[in-house]
Amino acid sequence: MPERVVSDVVCPFCGCLCDDIEVVVRENRIVEVREACALGTAKFMSLSVGERITKPLLRVDGSVRQVSLEEALKEAAKMLADAERPLLYGWSSTECGAQAVGVALAEVLGGVLDNTSSVCHGPTVLATQDVGCPSCTLGQVKNRADLIIYWGCNPMQAHPRHMSRYTTFPRGFFRERGVKDKKIVVIDVRHTETARLADRFIQVELGKDYELLAAMRAALKEYEIPEKVAGVSRKDILEVVELMKNCQFGALFFGMGLTMSFGKHRNVDNAISLVKDLNAYTKFIIMPMRGHYNVAGANTVFTWETGFPYAVDFSRGYPRYNPGETAANDVLQNEECDAALIVASDPVSHFPAKAVKHLASIPVISIDFHHTPTTEISKVVIPAAVAGVEVEGTAYRMDTVPIRLKKVVEPPEGCLPDREILRMLLEKVCEIKGVETPVVKHA
Amino acid sequence: MTKHMILIKNGFVYDPINKIDGEKMDIAIKEGKIVDPKKVKEKEAKVIDARGKVVMPGGVDIHSHVAGPKVNAGRLFRPEDGRRQVRPFGQGLRAETGFSVPNVFATGYRYAQLGYTTVMEAATPPLKTRHTHEEMSDTPILDQGAYLILDNNWVIMEYLKAGEYEKCAAFVAWMLRSMKCFGIKSVNPGGDENWGWGKNISSVRDRVIYFDISPAEIIQGLIRVNEMLGLPHSFHIHCNNLGLPGSYTTTLETFGLSDGMPISPKVGERSQNLHVAHIQFYSYGGEDWKTFESKGDEVAKYLNNHSNITVCLGQVTFDETTTMTADGPFEYLLQSINKLKWINRDVELETSSGIVPYIYRPRSLVNAVQWAAGLEVALLTKNPWQIMMSTDHPNAGPFTRYPRVVKWLVSKKAREETIAKCHETLPNRSSIASIDREYTLYEVAVVTRASAAEALGISGFKGHLGVGADADVAIYDFNPEKQDPSREPEALEKALSRALYTIKRGHIVVENGEVVGDAPKRVFWADICFDEELEKQVLDELHETFAKYYTVSMSNYPISEEYLVGSTPIKITSK
Ligand code: SF4
Ligand SMILES: [Zn+2]
Repeated sequence: MPERVVSDVVCPFCGCLCDDIEVVVRENRIVEVREACALGTAKFMSLSVGERITKPLLRVDGSVRQVSLEEALKEAAKMLADAERPLLYGWSSTECGAQAVGVALAEVLGGVLDNTSSVCHGPTVLATQDVGCPSCTLGQVKNRADLIIYWGCNPMQAHPRHMSRYTTFPRGFFRERGVKDKKIVVIDVRHTETARLADRFIQVELGKDYELLAAMRAALKEYEIPEKVAGVSRKDILEVVELMKNCQFGALFFGMGLTMSFGKHRNVDNAISLVKDLNAYTKFIIMPMRGHYNVAGANTVFTWETGFPYAVDFSRGYPRYNPGETAANDVLQNEECDAALIVASDPVSHFPAKAVKHLASIPVISIDFHHTPTTEISKVVIPAAVAGVEVEGTAYRMDTVPIRLKKVVEPPEGCLPDREILRMLLEKVCEIKGVETPVVKHA
Repeated sequence: MTKHMILIKNGFVYDPINKIDGEKMDIAIKEGKIVDPKKVKEKEAKVIDARGKVVMPGGVDIHSHVAGPKVNAGRLFRPEDGRRQVRPFGQGLRAETGFSVPNVFATGYRYAQLGYTTVMEAATPPLKTRHTHEEMSDTPILDQGAYLILDNNWVIMEYLKAGEYEKCAAFVAWMLRSMKCFGIKSVNPGGDENWGWGKNISSVRDRVIYFDISPAEIIQGLIRVNEMLGLPHSFHIHCNNLGLPGSYTTTLETFGLSDGMPISPKVGERSQNLHVAHIQFYSYGGEDWKTFESKGDEVAKYLNNHSNITVCLGQVTFDETTTMTADGPFEYLLQSINKLKWINRDVELETSSGIVPYIYRPRSLVNAVQWAAGLEVALLTKNPWQIMMSTDHPNAGPFTRYPRVVKWLVSKKAREETIAKCHETLPNRSSIASIDREYTLYEVAVVTRASAAEALGISGFKGHLGVGADADVAIYDFNPEKQDPSREPEALEKALSRALYTIKRGHIVVENGEVVGDAPKRVFWADICFDEELEKQVLDELHETFAKYYTVSMSNYPISEEYLVGSTPIKITSK
């Protein structure tokens, strides 16, 4: 049986977007995955053996039946075109071409377009809009950084190769001895697996990140700070600040421990401001640990097409951006949207109960490759090929480096790329609405 | 709707490449090209009555930040700008947002409304150039191309330091082909690498940390490589010390580095070997901000004696805008002065960038001097073919203000009105008030299309209306027989802001100032055949660099042609 080894494959799982994966293929089946972490491997392998959806499904009066793609698309187009305020959500686990068609679809529908960043790093976007964000690509960190700080994130669990590929362990041009040339600091509410690898762990009290950041900024500017802030002693704070001030190149990575804990975008705002302040002393950058492999791409594509990175409302014909009013959770919890298209995402598992309750009460269309709680409540389910495994396209790494996703195997029969499905949907919607179908060149 | 033949009758034609200066004549279009009017029958063509109107080739912008990572980061972090100018989806057009950082659709539409059809993206970092292409693909109407940032590149610095020009040229050829880019761009040579350590560079003779090479060596090395390869466009630079008091001396030194260097394009007809971008931003004297003054006159004096250098203006327009440049250390400095938000984006082994919002106010002496400096260079440089219109969009103002810049160029009266609104000390810091020169419409046509087409090496088919050229045409509602630009500058500004017609490769894209359709797009890039043997050797060496220091695999680095809508390689055989 001939085997094929595809090298330099891009892992379509987390924001690390590792592009050194080797995939062994036999008879159009992935039999082995090399270099990837357990999460990445699981994604590649699950597609061969897992529960794929391969037929379009239509749910009528509680019973599900298989239908033709044509029928599913027709039903979906009608549901969307009939809706007054449809929500188009997901987008972070597909390639940029699909995202671009999604924008056009939202525009034609006058819908609300949102991606998963509104429930992960939306606050990071808000903070960036407030104070900016001094950052860089990951290679800059690999080659130069001698101080790495992980704050409110646990890469060993969520981004397993982040430390080995980009920050802590690799040898860089100016860091020839690898980890020996670097100091690692972890700041978190729990002593995580990542913390175990750190030179220094600072345990911050739950919900007190803002205070700790404020104390660090104050200390940096040589103000008196209290004996203890956010559960951290003055001594520890001063020592960490000294480390930061005196490194040659510092990098602060942060995760949902900052963005989703008490204070949200204000925490991030303060973290970015700290890094800004540090640049008066040395080189320092900050970077969010983006979760889904192409959530950065969703922000990127939405922005060049609409001007705004997420929570884009087209109800007035032009894009309007007002998170708190125009994000997925806003229109769901306020019971505003009357239909939803979910692409490569599972909001039923991740959204608050109130939002899920409304979602379950409106017609939902899912485009996905496997069964999820969201496909379970969907009226129409359209099976998709998997971007990055069965479909080519672009994805943006957490540092917004764009990488070409590879196709390593053929999709199961009847499973089309998201962008093709969306194109057909767009065409049908335009037909119903009687408008010219916008040409999406980029896809 | 669009017939494939168009006859534009009786317009006043300004076509400097063909030395046509307001002659009343017909322009005919067939299959996307300009043809002899005798070959187009009136009955079979769409006839546009251009009597009493100005007809020019489609505008060519040599330097504008319209697509790619930093432009998009600018959009992302300035929703307040996104909200400033919106137009809903409809009439077959996509929705528009943004004033200084418009979305891709607005970018294409608004350029077309000005009568522009070719716009070069000013700077793209190699590692993120895929992004730049994705945006250009989505930008309607315009023909485009992008300049690749190569000056702070480790591989290049190593080759130049070792004096290995041949290898450097082979590498550049590979990079341009892999990135599908049009030319070589330099931004604060050496300064960006030092910015990797939070430092900058202070003169062209300063040294780069670790790499131990000077900006002067990088600049001369890359000019040499550019001419060895025979690229259509010259080396294109954003100098060191941008934005600083006294920076004109660095500018003059940079100018001087091109002296005696070859000019040898294999394609096109340029007669320059150095393009200095947004000259306004380093035409300053003074010791500090208090003594800040314009040295536009000194810069112009140099240009008047050195025809091998072209510049674009980077003209300040007195707007709230978004500054964005690969000059990372400059943006850091700027945010420390204006205290507004700051994005920084260093790119491994290659370059850096920064973004800061900025508000130019006539009442600020520094801003007024900046405004004057750009105009001084434009008005005191005798040969308009050395000058190109730009606002370094969006750095000194959005491109939508080009008609206003023209107003200042053609009318002393218009300048006086603006001077009256400026800080009262301006006349002591600039000679602007004493300059009488007013551009003619012919000169306007030179600086907004012809000179750029020539410097880009694309004047064979762009920037003119001769037979065989691309049918890119702009028609403006201004009657040079009845209207005097000098006395009615507002009328000209208005006419240039909303073209009566813009035609792109034979397609009518603007009618009565409104966008009515799209046109086939092209993206130009340099496809160079230099020295295959040497290239192989260079790539062998490069494998190690990628394996050790980049964070993407070398095989995933090049950009395939499928990323380009209308991919148009310009074939160059250099050896
Ligand atoms: S770290 Fe992320 S991108 Fe890399 S292999 Fe693991 S899951 Fe995939
Ligand atoms: Zn520029």
